[in-house]
Amino acid sequence: MIPAQFDYVVASTLDEAVSLLAQHPDEAKVLAGGHSLIPAMKLRLAMPQILVDIGRIKDLSYIREEGGQIRIGAMTTHYQLQSSDRLREICPLLPETAAQIGDVQVRNKGTIGGSLAHSDPAADWPAVALALDAEIVAVSSKGERSIKASDFFVDLLTTSLEPGEILREIRVSPAEEKTGHAYAKVLHPASGFAVVGVAVSLTLDGGGACRNARVAITGVGSKAYRAEGVEQALTGRALDSAAIASAAAHATDGIDANGDLYASADYRRNLARIHTGRAIEAALARA
Amino acid sequence: MKKSVSINVNGTAHRSEIEPRLLLVHYLREVLGLTGTHIGCETSICGACTVLIDGQSVKSCTMFAVQADGANVTTIEGLARGGELHAVQEGFWERHGLQCGYCTPGMIISAAQLLDRNPDPSREEIRHALEGNLCRCTGYQHIVEAVEYAARKMAAQAATGD
Amino acid sequence: MSDKYVGKRIKRTEDPRLIQGLGHYVDDIKLPDTLHVVFLRSMYAHARITGIDTSEAEHAPGVVAVYTGRDVVEKVGPVPCAGALPGLRVPDYRVLAKDKAVFVGQPVAAVVATDQYSARDALDLIMVDYEELPPAVDVEESANNGPVIYEEYGDNISYKLTAGEGDIEAALASSDHVIKQRVVHQRLAPVAMEGRGVLARYYPGEKELTIWSSTQIPHLLRTQLAIMLGIPENKLRVITPEVGGGFGSKLNVYAEEAMLGWISMQLGKPVKWIETRRENMQATIHGRGQVGYIEIGCKNDGTVTGLRYNVFADLGAYHQLLTPAIPTLTGLMLSGCYKIPAIQINITGVFTNKMSTDAYRGAGRPEATYVVERALDLVAAELGLDAVEVRRRNFPSPDEFPFKTATGLFYDSGEYEGALQKALDMAGYDQLRQEQKIAREHGKIIGIGVSTYVEICALGPSQAMPAGGWESATVRVEPTGKVTVLTGASPHGQGQETSFAQIVADQLGVPLEDVAVIHGDTSIVQYGIGTFGSRATAVGGTAVYIAVEKLKEKAAKIAAHLLKSDVSNVTFKEGRFSKQATRAAAAAGEVPEPVLPAGQAPAGALPEPDTEGNHISLQDIALAAHIAKDLPEDMEPGLSATYFFEPKNFTFPFGTHIVVVEIDRETGDLQFLRYVAVDDCGKVINPMLVEGQIHGGIVQAMGQALYEEVVYDEQGQLVTGTLMDYALPKASTTPWLELDRTETPTPVNPMGVKGVGEAGTIGATPAVVGAVVDALSPFGVRHLDMPIRPEAVWRIVNQQN
Repeated sequence: MIPAQFDYVVASTLDEAVSLLAQHPDEAKVLAGGHSLIPAMKLRLAMPQILVDIGRIKDLSYIREEGGQIRIGAMTTHYQLQSSDRLREICPLLPETAAQIGDVQVRNKGTIGGSLAHSDPAADWPAVALALDAEIVAVSSKGERSIKASDFFVDLLTTSLEPGEILREIRVSPAEEKTGHAYAKVLHPASGFAVVGVAVSLTLDGGGACRNARVAITGVGSKAYRAEGVEQALTGRALDSAAIASAAAHATDGIDANGDLYASADYRRNLARIHTGRAIEAALARA
Repeated sequence: MKKSVSINVNGTAHRSEIEPRLLLVHYLREVLGLTGTHIGCETSICGACTVLIDGQSVKSCTMFAVQADGANVTTIEGLARGGELHAVQEGFWERHGLQCGYCTPGMIISAAQLLDRNPDPSREEIRHALEGNLCRCTGYQHIVEAVEYAARKMAAQAATGD
Repeated sequence: MSDKYVGKRIKRTEDPRLIQGLGHYVDDIKLPDTLHVVFLRSMYAHARITGIDTSEAEHAPGVVAVYTGRDVVEKVGPVPCAGALPGLRVPDYRVLAKDKAVFVGQPVAAVVATDQYSARDALDLIMVDYEELPPAVDVEESANNGPVIYEEYGDNISYKLTAGEGDIEAALASSDHVIKQRVVHQRLAPVAMEGRGVLARYYPGEKELTIWSSTQIPHLLRTQLAIMLGIPENKLRVITPEVGGGFGSKLNVYAEEAMLGWISMQLGKPVKWIETRRENMQATIHGRGQVGYIEIGCKNDGTVTGLRYNVFADLGAYHQLLTPAIPTLTGLMLSGCYKIPAIQINITGVFTNKMSTDAYRGAGRPEATYVVERALDLVAAELGLDAVEVRRRNFPSPDEFPFKTATGLFYDSGEYEGALQKALDMAGYDQLRQEQKIAREHGKIIGIGVSTYVEICALGPSQAMPAGGWESATVRVEPTGKVTVLTGASPHGQGQETSFAQIVADQLGVPLEDVAVIHGDTSIVQYGIGTFGSRATAVGGTAVYIAVEKLKEKAAKIAAHLLKSDVSNVTFKEGRFSKQATRAAAAAGEVPEPVLPAGQAPAGALPEPDTEGNHISLQDIALAAHIAKDLPEDMEPGLSATYFFEPKNFTFPFGTHIVVVEIDRETGDLQFLRYVAVDDCGKVINPMLVEGQIHGGIVQAMGQALYEEVVYDEQGQLVTGTLMDYALPKASTTPWLELDRTETPTPVNPMGVKGVGEAGTIGATPAVVGAVVDALSPFGVRHLDMPIRPEAVWRIVNQQN
């Protein structure tokens, strides 16, 4: 219940945060909403020596449209994403997913940047970032770089963020014409994390066939992944139930599925397949 | 190294020197003596420690007090105004929304947050809004009825301009 | 007796403080100079402790003392077990492990520091050398050939016990069918939202120790702690402040309670320990934990001939207060609400390297109900009969009460058919079966579960209880007319401050707000037993009721004396005594009720009672009794009465629960379509509180049926150590419950109340499981073990075994 001692520094600007991290590359950790880090600290599974609080940096919490993209500040809370009317119009996958994260209190405080940077294998945002082909903007004392979501998630609790880098912004493209989104999730009955979460973005062509599909799955493997087998099976096809079901059958191709008390690897694969199918159906209905 | 914070709790400004690792819930309970906010777990699941920070419900066990520097915190002790119970408090009393009472402060805060955002929730919406608050006594049904009571009461108050 | 309060939906008097965060649970009590204690706990299930180095911790900032088993083993007596069974093996359970740790979470050392943060930091500085031993984890394996925990015993068997009446062999042999089934009652964690907590303060001058503890049994705890600590019982005061739920988990005497008392005595300062949730999962008792084998015999028409239950009870490493007694309660209730001529239970109580099992809501009886209800469903499945019909064919009729079971009980009263029929009507049972048939034809998977349960409540006659089964009450009318009730039944959420006040207010004809119910302080309240076993109202409430009647007898004598009448000529109504008036006087109208004359007497003096006329209020009688200037000859002054009520029998509430579920063919997910419950807990004092108890009980049962399981891995490590892993029902996963009731009063107590605290938990579990099994019956399923997770269902539907 009681975390180990640490030094606490409030960064008032991003530059300051970045330079603090540069000074203490091994000891410092970034504190965003705290909803991944603080529980781990209370159980002393994490014992950082220095916390750099980026919660007071002005202008890290925003949803704006710029350069044809939607830009989301790292400190934007799940609730802000859930309740954005504009996002519901231009990228409904974001609010739909946000509404399914944790519980109200967690959504009020937890942030999209914190969640992505933590990269919990059962978190929801990684699947969405992949399904939206998001760009993740990281900043360090060496400057700024943009990382494609598909390159961002490396392994269990591991991202391609370098020591000293802070996740600053998430960029996604607004949904094109004839695009439908959906997020289907099986909640763990205790933690509320995703036993399986499937994010789908589906774009149809003029004839109603699938022009482009991105399907990403969380909860099943050591990290969220794009289900490329599903995407390939969908692309170019007219999507009837049979086509969807046969595409969904590829949901866990090549994935070493997790098993635990609640869901064995076999069952998780089944859930992934079923909810992939359901998410595609839902996305199709909205396209 | 201790940090100086200034936190407004239930309308009263407090300035304190605290360890950065001091959890907000411990700050409220141990430093300020506001023991109505309870602790029921250590993994941000049970919601017994829920308080409002600048109007948003938050689990105060999953926040360092230093993060609340400059914020307005409302705890269960600050919900009643001028000696009059908040409609949600009244609902819990009227509809037997509590038994042992331990989860109740957090549950009431969460219900107040819900009605603030959605004045006329369905039963499903109420249940969904309370999934971050565990109760082991009531089976939740009377809690749902308590929130419905509060919603009606608040609607009536709004209608009469109270 | 007025009828203003009893039977009404009266709002609780407890609530204003609780809804404003103004109640005081243990951790809310702040004493100056309090030191904080944290425990270092064994990380191994079974290990020899070969060395403990506390030197670094002792010198850590803020640390006042560090204690290990070596310091206390000769000073503090063993953690007590009140279960007395023939040949019972009781291991020596010390408050800190000394040479060996036998479960994960067992206290090994205690750190005392000036604040909880420093205490927690110092914990990491204690070095313990463990030599790991192979653990006994699985209960059946541990009973047979697993690693032995206590070498001196040679095996892990704590006791074996056979009970029941009738010739079971002959009964089974003569049956048309004998059906066998293995069932698992998984371990559960009670998870009261407030964990345990203790504050202890020793006064060295007075040599008095006060313990604030979150407990269900303040007086029993006082007695046991006095023995453990070697302090005179009359120098030990136990206070239970607000208690944040118990469910049986606080019906115990724990190592930490004694340790805190002892530490305070060493240091002469207040010391506090507040359990974390992780400690609560590891080291607060668990419930259930049985693996059993059912054999049920029946005739072709569904009449049950005999029931045998061979059960391995997973006791854990040590006996807590009632650990070995719990499975014996299972044996008592195996007859359910049926006529079963021969019943036998064979219990093997088994030590394992886990936390003890003990009383958890229902305490042995949910297991019994589950066994007999599952067994009846198996009979129905075997014979192709409807589950309801099989139950009906085995009910005793109402005129067979008191009904004697083959487990040696006499059921007090029951109208099983009445509750069943009401529930069937509410649910529209025949219609549901029709709908189910049609739904199945359309490929839907729908199941209907029915349980008709009886449960044993109002524990109980002292003959049947390890430490007294009575309950106590004192009722006083204070000089100002306010009524004080002291009850030994210390509640923890049940609302006795309200329900007992309802009883008293009606009996005395006073306003509810004039009655204060006080509990949970051994210095104020006469000895009592506590709140558990659905006993508080039936036993504790009866003690209150009879004490009030005694008090009224005395008041009537005073009234007669003051009204210059004979006691036989005095009547009591609406809070006042009246001399029986002549017809003419009555016609002349009511005499105004005397009021306390204010401002006439000198400051500090009590006013004189008004005894003019033909009436006198209870308030004036109380005043007269305290002033004592004009009382009947030889009468004791004061107006109070104490009663210790010893019930002559248990009570046996009953009911019917009907559940309808639908299963998602593709995922195995389950959805409740209906939940109907008709419960009969005898006479009801406050329907709102009764509903609350039933709601809570049902939802806890759903937790057992579908979500909850304490899991230890093969090394004896606790896998479900936090609420991230151990799933409790949430608001969003709980269905709407449709309740009604029947009222069959008990003859066991004068109010006719039976008890309701555990009924929901007992009735609901088999109904939920029965519904899932019924849904899956087209797939050849007759039984599924709990918790029924979606995966298990999915495997059946998709034949993925």
